[in-house]
Amino acid sequence: MFLLPVSFSINADYFFLQFTIPIDNGDSVKNAEADSQRTLYPYVTGTSIVAIKYKDGVLMASDMGGSYGSTLRYKNIERMKAIGKHSLLGASGEISDFQEILRYLDELVLNDNMWDDGNSLGPKEVHNYLTRVMYNRRNKFNPLWNTLVLGGVKNGESYLGMVSMIGVSFEDNHVATGFGNHLARPILRDEWHADLSFEDGVKLLEKCMRVLLYRDRSAINKLQIAKITEEGVTVSQPYSLKTFWEFKAFNNPTAGAEGSW
Amino acid sequence: MFRNQYDTDVTTWSPTGRLFQVEYAMEAVKQGSAAIGLRSRSHVVLASVNKAQSELSSHQRKIFKVDDHIGVAIAGLTADGRVLSRYMRSESINHSFTYESPLPVGRLVVRLADKAQVCTQRSWKRPYGVGLLVGGLDESGAHLYYNCPSGNYFEYQAFAIGSRSQAAKTYLERRFKSFNESSREDLIKDAILAIRETLQGETLKSSLCTVSVLGVDEPFHFLDQESIQKVIDTFEKVPEEEEDGGEAEAEAAAAPAEQGGAGDQDVAPMEM
Repeated sequence: MFLLPVSFSINADYFFLQFTIPIDNGDSVKNAEADSQRTLYPYVTGTSIVAIKYKDGVLMASDMGGSYGSTLRYKNIERMKAIGKHSLLGASGEISDFQEILRYLDELVLNDNMWDDGNSLGPKEVHNYLTRVMYNRRNKFNPLWNTLVLGGVKNGESYLGMVSMIGVSFEDNHVATGFGNHLARPILRDEWHADLSFEDGVKLLEKCMRVLLYRDRSAINKLQIAKITEEGVTVSQPYSLKTFWEFKAFNNPTAGAEGSW
Repeated sequence: MFRNQYDTDVTTWSPTGRLFQVEYAMEAVKQGSAAIGLRSRSHVVLASVNKAQSELSSHQRKIFKVDDHIGVAIAGLTADGRVLSRYMRSESINHSFTYESPLPVGRLVVRLADKAQVCTQRSWKRPYGVGLLVGGLDESGAHLYYNCPSGNYFEYQAFAIGSRSQAAKTYLERRFKSFNESSREDLIKDAILAIRETLQGETLKSSLCTVSVLGVDEPFHFLDQESIQKVIDTFEKVPEEEEDGGEAEAEAAAAPAEQGGAGDQDVAPMEM
């Protein structure tokens, strides 16, 4: 059977692609409505987020890269944003889906503020709202392709949680997404303890980010660290980590094994 | 108030700017048996009088749990009250499910008030004939609200609605300034005393009233008859002999019942 060319049709209500697919009885072809609005694969992605609870609240680190497949295409993407007064959201995965989530949360925070009644959404509420959104999208087979980290402080209590694209959600003292789970969490399991000072917390995060920089192909050396305390959110200016490449083994890597790399 | 040509539809204004159907709905609240609410900084107590249709039947429930942190007492058309309680429970649980956090009372009463307002502006609806005393706890402390059939809502330190509620209100007006700092026990005692005021002469027994409490670290729950009776015993004189006491009680119960019957001739059976 030969393939017929794809035909595009644009409806006033919404866009949809119509693929004409030949079927067995030759003459007639059936139009299958391919739902191009469903997320099938991610395109522009952010890599790991690492976050820890510390003495005054939560610290979160991420780099500023947006990869297009294996190309490190965008180098100025802020993957951590403040939500309302009490929360900080970091995302890895599809950047456009992250932006969509920010729009949902913007509406949520707006409506919360419009009540103007002394109640406000805390990090726990935002985390659970996001869990519901992610899980519901997963059930419709149209996920938001992100792993989200939600940290915050309200009434003196720190909160740190994570939601994945399939709606798995939990809280912990330290969380990481993507490669961070494999490279950063072991470090955190050994070295995290309660009531870290700000300096120690940043040092610990930088240690994790350095390992990710060495080992994660989609990491770039331009990172931000965000802090959230009772006072509010501050996201640092982007900066780079010092790296060291003068290990002896790198000098003559093929010594003893000619032809290898 | 008297019948006039502007009171047939809820969507008809009178020349003096009144909606008579809404006001008539508020009259229905006054016919129901009394419900009382009081709050301190940390607790809210809701109490009601147990009125039964006849000696043969049980009394109607007037206090409902909406959530662990919210309760509601109603007066007026109990059927309307039940439906609105179901709405409140639904709103509360949906919020809990989405945000894993208790719904702030203030937001619940606004939704309730908006729901009531709709019925005052549709020609094919009628206003809800029930007043609701909503007591609850949220981040900003304990609150008590009164939701009116008109769609208005007000916040109170203490309030009473239903028949003979004026007597209770007078009692509460004398005491309300101290409620904020009251202990839980004092608050309960004041609630039962306020209920006693509405009974006007009838001996107060624990079977005649329902009392519920909620507070910080205390989810909404009803007090059992024993606890209520214990509080009553602290201020009511104990009957001297059981037989005499029994007779005296029977007489006392019969008298108000007759008075109640005569006075409440206009009370429709659906109102409690």
